[in-house]
Amino acid sequence: MNAPDTQTQNLASYNFAYLDEQTKRMIRRAILKGIAIPGYQVPFASREMPMPYGWGTGGVQVTAAIIGRDDVLKVIDQGADDTTNAVSIRAFFAKTAGVATTTSTPDASIIQTRHRIPETPLHAGQVLVYQVPIPEPLRFLEPRETETRKMHALEEYGLMHVKLYEDIARNGRIATTYAYPVKVEGRYVMDPSPTPKFDNPKMHQSEALQLFGAGREKRIYAIPPHTDVVSLDFEDHPFEIQHFDQPCALCGGEQVYLDEVVLDDHGGRMFVCSDTHHCESRRADGHRGALLGDEPGQDKEAMA
Amino acid sequence: MYVAVKGGEAAIANAHRLLAARRRGDAQVPGLTLEQIAGQLSLAVDRVMGEGSLYDPELAALAIKQARGDLIEAVFLLRAYRTTLPRFGHSEPIDTGEMIVERRISAIYKDLPGGQLLGPTFDYTHRLLDPALAGDAPLEAPETGVDTGEKVTRVSDILGDEGLIEDDPVTDSKRPVADITRTPMEFPMQRDARLQTLARGDEGFLLALAYSTQRGYARSHPFAGEIRIGEVDVEVMIPELGFAVVIGRVKLTECQMVNQFQGSAKTPPQFTRGYGLVFGQAERKAMAMSLCDRALRAAELGEDITAPAQDEEFVLSHCDNVQSTGFVEHLKLPHYVDFQAELDLVRRMRAEHFASAAKADDETDVAKEAAE
Amino acid sequence: MSHSSTLEALAAAGIPAPVKPLLTVEGLTRVYGKRIGCADVSFELWPGEVLAIVGESGSGKTTLLNCISSRLTPTCGTVHYRMRDGAISEIYKMTEAERRHLMRTDWGFVHQNPIDGLRMTVSAGANVGERLMAVGNRHYGNIRGAAIEWLARVEIDEDRVDDQPRTFSGGMRQRLQIARNLVTEPRLVFMDEPTGGLDVSVQARLLDLLRGLVSDLGLAVVVVTHDLAVARLLSDRMIVMKEGRVIEAGLTDRVLDDPRAPYTQLLVSSILQV
Repeated sequence: MNAPDTQTQNLASYNFAYLDEQTKRMIRRAILKGIAIPGYQVPFASREMPMPYGWGTGGVQVTAAIIGRDDVLKVIDQGADDTTNAVSIRAFFAKTAGVATTTSTPDASIIQTRHRIPETPLHAGQVLVYQVPIPEPLRFLEPRETETRKMHALEEYGLMHVKLYEDIARNGRIATTYAYPVKVEGRYVMDPSPTPKFDNPKMHQSEALQLFGAGREKRIYAIPPHTDVVSLDFEDHPFEIQHFDQPCALCGGEQVYLDEVVLDDHGGRMFVCSDTHHCESRRADGHRGALLGDEPGQDKEAMA
Repeated sequence: MYVAVKGGEAAIANAHRLLAARRRGDAQVPGLTLEQIAGQLSLAVDRVMGEGSLYDPELAALAIKQARGDLIEAVFLLRAYRTTLPRFGHSEPIDTGEMIVERRISAIYKDLPGGQLLGPTFDYTHRLLDPALAGDAPLEAPETGVDTGEKVTRVSDILGDEGLIEDDPVTDSKRPVADITRTPMEFPMQRDARLQTLARGDEGFLLALAYSTQRGYARSHPFAGEIRIGEVDVEVMIPELGFAVVIGRVKLTECQMVNQFQGSAKTPPQFTRGYGLVFGQAERKAMAMSLCDRALRAAELGEDITAPAQDEEFVLSHCDNVQSTGFVEHLKLPHYVDFQAELDLVRRMRAEHFASAAKADDETDVAKEAAE
Repeated sequence: MSHSSTLEALAAAGIPAPVKPLLTVEGLTRVYGKRIGCADVSFELWPGEVLAIVGESGSGKTTLLNCISSRLTPTCGTVHYRMRDGAISEIYKMTEAERRHLMRTDWGFVHQNPIDGLRMTVSAGANVGERLMAVGNRHYGNIRGAAIEWLARVEIDEDRVDDQPRTFSGGMRQRLQIARNLVTEPRLVFMDEPTGGLDVSVQARLLDLLRGLVSDLGLAVVVVTHDLAVARLLSDRMIVMKEGRVIEAGLTDRVLDDPRAPYTQLLVSSILQV
């Protein structure tokens, strides 16, 4: 990489996947530490990236550090390949790494995601990279970093249960619906990123490697394959996932996370799969939901 | 019938084309050149270099043009570019005492060796909008003087000779200098990391905090000991040669604040320091930085920590405008999956609330009926 | 110390020595540069015994309390504690994890200002239940039940269990702080001016409550106070401090009825008679 000749139109030519090799090595070291200590937040020297902090720089740095020429990349946001930020990040890697990209979950070797875990179970050899805004599960209970680090080191998690107790006392139930804290391999309490609690069970004993990157907060953590991930709860108030009363209106899928779409000004609503690839493949297999239209070219606004 | 349509990719492409068109504006109007921006909006360029942590006026001008004048966006562009640059090493510490001074003032002495040199300042201009600047009439050349060669003595040295000001709080000189771009932030922060963080911190945020100290939120009785602006040589030690070589010059603004004196039974009273150093001509920033530096030394100087400007974790975690704008603006990203989860919960809880209210009403009705 | 001489007497008579001391402080000193916080303090504390540390402001009593309760590292001297399993541990040789665990289970610390010892933004029930959750209790119903029980013992009504301490009066907050400390049935509780800042009638009620709890639970207590009446009411033994040093020690009744050191005499005679 040379400093640019600003008289020309080209900015410097970029290294494969944008980051220089030293930086990738530094990030990989952090990832290895994370894998060795499942659920522990490893500090790393996050770099400025060409997208803003808070828009996935942590996930992008993790992906950039591990991606190779033969990888196949899928990027989703809110479960969909087509949301604006997913499009933007996929384009970034297509441009700076030239890797093959896909929308198919089983065909991807690396899946970078924001706020959802794909419905299709992942298999060995796949890596799921999560974008994390606030990595510290105790942050809103204890704002001081010096104190939370101690709490993790000494396994002092009483405060976390105080929060859950408070929820039940106030609301009759645990009121956390996303970013629901989990205990990893019986030791570290971890924030799974703002995935809905519906997705928590998918992290447990997954065949895939799960990596978490928080760029702005400068932390990386990891769950190696076949690791116990248990959502925190009380014996008499066990962890429960969300239930949807109806199947997907497009593909009829059940036991999947659904998005609510507002259809008109009269309260018309429909619920469709959040995981767009899952929905498409079901429809391709012939499943049909109650509201599936026949015209593929109709001019309705998509999720983007 | 609802049909899911893919539009994200096309929408983004179109948005970017529209942006490019808006950026260019009216094609009949000549486009801005980088020389114009660097030459005639140099204070904007200086700010972008300072907060972008990259000294290159031409690139900063390009960033400002690309950002349509949004300076924080321009800072972001420069920082992202900085990430890609190879690191050769670091320079020797800059000697601002050897600065080729363009402006140097001191509020604490009426006159001093090197004099009070006003330089190109807005100070004492009357803030009256000047319609003549709408045009481009030729200007009278400024007066030139003769360089007397008089040394522009540092004010801190003058005070230091009498022992009136504390020594520069240099920590262990064997400890390697921190680099906030290479290691994650850790609290408590040492002064070198703190000054680095402040140097690239948002001017507005630091200005407000500095202002708050003057209004009583941890007042430090500041005096502007010295502000100097000018060019300084940058030297790099070349191991193969065994000596340092000047690789160029940068323009810097340096501010030394002289603050509330401190003494104890053991040590006689001395003034304390606050320090600010930024790229280019950025006096407001350098002064704000020095006031914040002084406030953040509270623990070191044994002062009570009572005000936001003294709260290290608060100030240093939130002064980077690239980080803050990223996170604030990230709220624009889709959050509908999590919102769906909250909707579900709230609807459920409301249903329960109304159900139990209705049940209570029924029970009172039944009781009333029974009573009648 | 009267206890050691008692022990000797018992030993001489061939009677087996009673239980070992719970807390042994030897030569405890804490200095700040040239200033003395406390100097060369030694004493023993026995299970179920209440010791008052009495002195005026600046006497070093709070420094001493913080040093023996692991909140402030002494300059020299040792603090030994007999753990539940009978083993004697030196407090400042323990790891931080072990000390923090001790503070949450076998020890309690009641702050003068209840705000310092409570979480003001969570409910009373959560405040009391926190220690239980910290040591692994995972049954909401049981935790809440235990919290309600303890609130009752400190005379806080059950229907306040979900209220935040922000809505409590000063006396109630202090009682809540006590419940929060006692829920894990500690054997040793440190108290820093527990009745400071409270109205006189509230103080009296609180002291009564403390006396009852101490005797019911067999607690050992070290209580710091400038108020001799509190010492008289609560403690079995007391030590009097001035300028960082112990100037008199003994059974509370003896010290207050028959003060020997001039300073103690001054303190006792200065009590306003109403």
